[in-house]
Amino acid sequence: MAHATQETAVRTNVVVRALIYTGLLFFAGYYLVPLYVMLVNSVKPLDEIRQGDMMSLPALFTLDPWYSAWSTAQIGVQPTGLKPYFINSIVMVVPAVAISTLLGALNGYVLTKWRFRGDGIVFGLLLFACFIPFQIVLIPMARLLGLVGLAGSVSGLVLVHVVYGLGFTTLFFRNYYDAFPTELIRAAQIDGAGFFRIFWRILLPSSGPIIVVTVIWQFTNIWNDFLFGVSFSDVDSQPVTVALNNLVSSSTGVKEYNVHFAGAVLAALPTLIVYIVSGRYFVRGLMAGAVKG
Amino acid sequence: MAAVTVRNVTKSFGDLQVIHGIDLGIEDGRFVVLLGPSGCGKSTLLRMVAGLEQISSGEIVIGGRVVNDLHPKDRDIAMVFQNYALYAHMSVFDNMAFSMQLKKMPQAESKKRVEWAASILDLTPYLGRYPRQLSGGQRQRVAMGRAIVRDPAVFLFDEPLSNLDAKLRVQMRTEIKALHQRLSTTTIYVTHDQIEAMTMADVIVILKDGRIEQIGGPLAVYDRPANLFVAEFIGSPGINLMRGEVAAENGAPVVKAGGITLPLPQKVAVNPGQKVVYGIRPEHLRPSGNGVGIGAKVMVVEPTGAEIHIYADLAGKEVCAVTQDRLQLDTGDEVRLVPMLDRVHLFDQATGKALVA
Repeated sequence: MAHATQETAVRTNVVVRALIYTGLLFFAGYYLVPLYVMLVNSVKPLDEIRQGDMMSLPALFTLDPWYSAWSTAQIGVQPTGLKPYFINSIVMVVPAVAISTLLGALNGYVLTKWRFRGDGIVFGLLLFACFIPFQIVLIPMARLLGLVGLAGSVSGLVLVHVVYGLGFTTLFFRNYYDAFPTELIRAAQIDGAGFFRIFWRILLPSSGPIIVVTVIWQFTNIWNDFLFGVSFSDVDSQPVTVALNNLVSSSTGVKEYNVHFAGAVLAALPTLIVYIVSGRYFVRGLMAGAVKG
Repeated sequence: MAAVTVRNVTKSFGDLQVIHGIDLGIEDGRFVVLLGPSGCGKSTLLRMVAGLEQISSGEIVIGGRVVNDLHPKDRDIAMVFQNYALYAHMSVFDNMAFSMQLKKMPQAESKKRVEWAASILDLTPYLGRYPRQLSGGQRQRVAMGRAIVRDPAVFLFDEPLSNLDAKLRVQMRTEIKALHQRLSTTTIYVTHDQIEAMTMADVIVILKDGRIEQIGGPLAVYDRPANLFVAEFIGSPGINLMRGEVAAENGAPVVKAGGITLPLPQKVAVNPGQKVVYGIRPEHLRPSGNGVGIGAKVMVVEPTGAEIHIYADLAGKEVCAVTQDRLQLDTGDEVRLVPMLDRVHLFDQATGKALVA
């Protein structure tokens, strides 16, 4: 009797499992189709795409569209490809992420471990920054960049992204450090460490997960940003997102879909890599507040 | 090695005053325990000595030096925290060496000191480990090691044993005391656990609501509590207290309380009619076998092994008597209790102060 029930249980389990996996596979496939289309068509000659079958594998495999998108495609006036803009993006995103993460960590440290009168209000205002839509700050920001002489430069974009990201990075670090035992700070004070040394030697080494979360968050947001890029950059300081738009929407000549696809993948590659490399830590970091330790 | 003096120190958080003018002199080499219920200001007082909390007024002197405005690291103190406060990303060795590293002490010297501390605390095999790889007791020893390598003038302990289980707590209690006997460094130790206080202290300072209630040796505060609060706070099971009025019976002073008559020693300085609280510790309330004493009804009998705790109803009031005699008593039995006259405590009802007997 018991034996029979057990078998039924196992069998229903198998059926349910099969259903769940089918569902999961379906959704995984569904979400992977766009990537498939992009990759497949980026290695086809243009004629093949023109025949209209987007889903078929390439009959003739070619890497020319990739080469073209990277270094020869016509963007703006010069046939430079995405390369210089890609470099612009890197030059912008690396300092912007580093500075906003560091400042966020410092803010979080002060707001939790060096409380001062009105710290709640300061935190509230910083939090408020997370809810301000991009569009609202465009004109004041343009005016500000003009005043400090950073209009149309990569440094200007770095400043914009640091300022805009500060709300989020502060929120992340404040919540993380809130659970960090204050006794450790006290112990370090007695051991003779000052404000910055406690930050560097005690707090930051214990902040691995939240640093990963913040870096991923900031990197994806800043790399993928289009609005600030298109609003505050000149021809020679445009980030790759803006260049990709110029490449795809250029109105002269033939539409080279294969080059567009290759360019789009190129522009998305860095965020993809960041996720693959540190995605594991991302989830762990987000959970860090929930499960202590 | 240093004496510590706390002079008329107060502390307020905004409008809320939590420490009301505390005066405390601690002789060099003493083990002083600050004892009191939670919220009595004992930890705040300790943190003010450490320099982690500003004092609102008054003066704190360590080793003849006023330290009011000195940074914690310049006060020549070391502190052990309740949750150990070990640096999780540093090895045991680095945890202990951190303060010396910040002081830019030569590595050879700092290594020597860490090894010395580790040998005292039985931590030598664990120097390369990380805090998460240690048990609670070992972590607490590392925290102590971090304190002793600095060779400070004063050790400060903030409830260091409350995170440990009961057995380990007893063991660490002995270790801390042995450490103190070995190093003879002035120690201020905060706890809410009266057993810890009684067993470890040279001097106990009992605090309540930011004021000192009594200062004295463990047995002194037990035998001669200065007021009702101290009498009730120290001792387990707690002291029996009965409110009553002094009267004269056959020329001898007694206390009439709820229909019963409680005897007093002959030469006690009280006047008939005076409202008092009569206190007698359980071990000084003896069950008598020969029919004398005050009648009470047994409610609960708790044998603990060494002794028997008898909870009895004495004229509507629950009292506890402790005896080492193997009495055969059951719930509902009549028992006659005799207070030991020379151990009776009397307190003024209005002020709670002890009336010297």
